[in-house]
Amino acid sequence: MSKMHVKFTLNGQDVEGLAEPRTLLIHFLRETLNVTGPHIGCETSHCGACTVDMDGKSVKSCTVFVGQADGRQITTVEGLTNADGSLGVIQEMFREHHGLQCGFCTPGMITRAHRLLQENPNPTEEEVRFGIAGNLCRCTGYQNIVKAILASAEQLNAMKEAAE
Amino acid sequence: MIPAGFEYHRPADLTSAIGILQEHGDEARVVAGGHSLIPMMKLRMAELGHLIDLQDIDAMKGIAVGGDTVTIGAMTTQHELIVHDGLGAALPILREAALQIADPQVRYVGTIGGNVANGDPGNDMPGLMQCLNARFDLTGPDGSRQVAARDFYEAAYFTAREDEEILTAIIIPIPAPGTGSAYIKQKRKIGDYATAAAAVLVGDGTASVAMTNLADTPIWSEAAGAALAAGDIDGCAAAMLGAIDPQEDMRGPVAFKKHVAAVVLRRAIDSALSRRS
Repeated sequence: MSKMHVKFTLNGQDVEGLAEPRTLLIHFLRETLNVTGPHIGCETSHCGACTVDMDGKSVKSCTVFVGQADGRQITTVEGLTNADGSLGVIQEMFREHHGLQCGFCTPGMITRAHRLLQENPNPTEEEVRFGIAGNLCRCTGYQNIVKAILASAEQLNAMKEAAE
Repeated sequence: MIPAGFEYHRPADLTSAIGILQEHGDEARVVAGGHSLIPMMKLRMAELGHLIDLQDIDAMKGIAVGGDTVTIGAMTTQHELIVHDGLGAALPILREAALQIADPQVRYVGTIGGNVANGDPGNDMPGLMQCLNARFDLTGPDGSRQVAARDFYEAAYFTAREDEEILTAIIIPIPAPGTGSAYIKQKRKIGDYATAAAAVLVGDGTASVAMTNLADTPIWSEAAGAALAAGDIDGCAAAMLGAIDPQEDMRGPVAFKKHVAAVVLRRAIDSALSRRS
């Protein structure tokens, strides 16, 4: 099977490469582009560890062919740091509130939390839980993940207010 | 979990997509959100030579709320159904059902067209479309035709759609003002298919009832609707339980499924009645 040329924007940079059409986006990110933030968990579109942001939507990159991503804007957890490389707000809140134990689900959780807070800057606890229902964590019991996302919302809103 | 090789196509319009289908016959499949097809390809339960990605076909996108009907492009995602303003007022049951499908990531890419066209008895929209008496627009090499949702499903994964046709749009009549509606789904966990789900519309002397994942097609029962329209809830439940044909699987034995079916149906009826005005 001949390879296809794929080009998209990844964390603000144009990237391109050759891939067989059957290549899944997660494999292209991790193995061709060496972007290993998004993880391969279940590989069956259940766990959300491979979550990336594609054109403003959280998607499971294990269930997207690389051709489907051609021409799109993609953000991974690597793209959510501050410009100086320090932890972004959501990343920092996960650290501060102990929103991870083994850390395997964390890139997917943070990428999903980013989109959730873009769409709903003031979520209730219930809305946070419903909004991260596509991301499984087997360590934390979710309590501190939810706390970290609620704290992120508060901090992002305070920063927005200060800027205005 | 690597699928077999295939050639990828991304046509810009419907005519080109149908042309590719004609050229490659049953070697080709269309993909919308891909969250049914891609997992099957990864498991190698589906192998195909040509994958036709419909994402660039703008004519298959969008929601138009008219006076009597709502027309929804097949490529409209579940997320778009949930956040659309006018749709929530015209057909609140659609939003209620879409929110119970899978999880946020899947709803961002999963489409209503893929959900109804795949013929998977576990999918939620087919039963709901039968309850609402929707029609599906099918376009092929010889033009377009419409098929009623109530006539579309033949068996699990077998539908009235021909191989060279694409399901392009869904046309739903808007229920009369004051009609109460509810979609109730029992599932084991987030993201699961229904153990049983019920879609109920109840208006002034009218009613429609359909259920999901309790046979190899969705089940719309005319007798159940007629009983409910006459105010006979027990008769409605009896007619529906007589119409379903659940099979034992990991969601439980037949007796359990019938029990759950009766519970969700009665909850949906109660909820729809409480929303009637």
